Amino acid sequence: MIRIDAIEKRFDDLVVLRNITLRIEKGEVVALIGPSGSGKSTLLRCLNLLVPPDNGRLEIGKNRMVFGESSAKLKPKDLAVFRQKTGMVFQHFNLFPHMTVLDNVMEGPKTALKMDKIKARELAIAQLEKVGLSDKADMYPSSLSGGQKQRVAIARAIAMEPDVMLFDEATSALDPELVGEVLSVMKELANEGMTMIVVTHEMAFAREVANRVVFMRDGVVVEDGPAKQVIDNPQDDRTKAFLSHFHAES
Amino acid sequence: MYEWDFSSVWEYRDLLLNGLGLTVMLAVAVVIAGMILGTINAIGSLSRHFAFRAISISMIELFRCTPLLVALIWFYYALPILIGVEISAMMAAFLSISLYGASFYSEIIRAGIQGIDPGQREAGEAIGLMPGQILHRVILPQALRKMIPPLMNQSIINLKNTSLVSVLAIPDLLYQGKLIAHENFRPLEVYTTVALLYFAILFPLTMLVRHLESKHGVKH
Ligand SMILES: Nc1ncnc2c1ncn2[C@@H]1O[C@H](COP(=O)(O)OP(=O)(O)O)[C@@H](O)[C@H]1O
Ligand SMILES: [Mg+2]
Repeated sequence: MIRIDAIEKRFDDLVVLRNITLRIEKGEVVALIGPSGSGKSTLLRCLNLLVPPDNGRLEIGKNRMVFGESSAKLKPKDLAVFRQKTGMVFQHFNLFPHMTVLDNVMEGPKTALKMDKIKARELAIAQLEKVGLSDKADMYPSSLSGGQKQRVAIARAIAMEPDVMLFDEATSALDPELVGEVLSVMKELANEGMTMIVVTHEMAFAREVANRVVFMRDGVVVEDGPAKQVIDNPQDDRTKAFLSHFHAES
Repeated sequence: MYEWDFSSVWEYRDLLLNGLGLTVMLAVAVVIAGMILGTINAIGSLSRHFAFRAISISMIELFRCTPLLVALIWFYYALPILIGVEISAMMAAFLSISLYGASFYSEIIRAGIQGIDPGQREAGEAIGLMPGQILHRVILPQALRKMIPPLMNQSIINLKNTSLVSVLAIPDLLYQGKLIAHENFRPLEVYTTVALLYFAILFPLTMLVRHLESKHGVKH
């Protein structure tokens, strides 16, 4: 269960998130859509505290945090523990180029969780099998295609056994022919019951795989409902306007 | 035509070798001390705390903006007055060249750390690593590879800078050369030999730097 309560974030004078409140059930897959600059990435980054919110409360699994002037200064240790339970997949993969594929996936369990090396290795190989890349374990990221890199990044995140997986335009940097393999790994994860928040412009994926679609604009949640309903039959004019670009294209 | 005669230099080979030994030892000492201090200052100059940044950056700029020869003389003649303790010429040389080198090392190290894609730090944060672990496991291994050629270049300059210590009558390679030239009246041969000895040590090092640079240049 994820509770996002009255989250606010500003960068200097620019208010990027205004009073965002969402409840997400365990196993739910939420597609977060909206025009560029609407605050989708910032919201995801607030959820794993890469960008700590200015105000509000967060609860993810057993971890909870309160933000605001009254709250104590965030300690690095608390931030790290919170982040261990929120997996993040970035648009540009951000794999560690100096480590093999296997070491990339092992790094979290081994260094952050202090897991025994042999166990971490087994865990990492299992995750690589899940994304279909166990044969690339000893390669370096530079020798992989973009789609393979992103699948390794997914394996690296799920190796931490997070309570939620956050995807920030995970397929936007890929050549069109490589998008499918990443989406199918994401779909498999969803079928296994992983809680997911997915920022995406792939409306077909959002419609098919997500349970729920949240449409954001200018830092506020404009519309929130069952995926097919929001995409096929949006209620708010701003959602309609945004989605019309996609219907025109496809 | 001048008639070259190196036989009189050969007679003094022990003195020259002693000088060379001292030059190399001093260079190794100031490189090691400079790198340690440079790393500390680089980390300090990137600190979130104003006080650490202020101390590190002041130290870096103080030595970056003073000629080494001035620092050398200041440490030998001025610092003892200030602290009331005699400092040997060797100690003054070691301190000033180490600190001078450290400020250039720390700028190389700082730039190396800052040159790493911020996404790398974020990826480390996202899997729950602590700031120290991110530095040690993610940032430094990548930054070091890029920093090695410029660090070696600076070390080469450091070795050359040790020749300035002859002004404090420290018997390094150049100083021994001066002594020999006074005795055998063959400055051309003596100083040519001195120059060639510096060259013989440094040329293989510069070749190594070239090699490393081309190797890493192709990769990314
Ligand atoms: N670190 C930052 N500093 C200043 N402004 C930022 C920062 N990150 C994002 N912004 C601004 O916040 C707004 C929302 O950005 P973002 O969350 O990336 O939107 P989206 O992902 O929906 O495109 C944009 O106007 C962007 O310029
Ligand atoms: Mg974005």
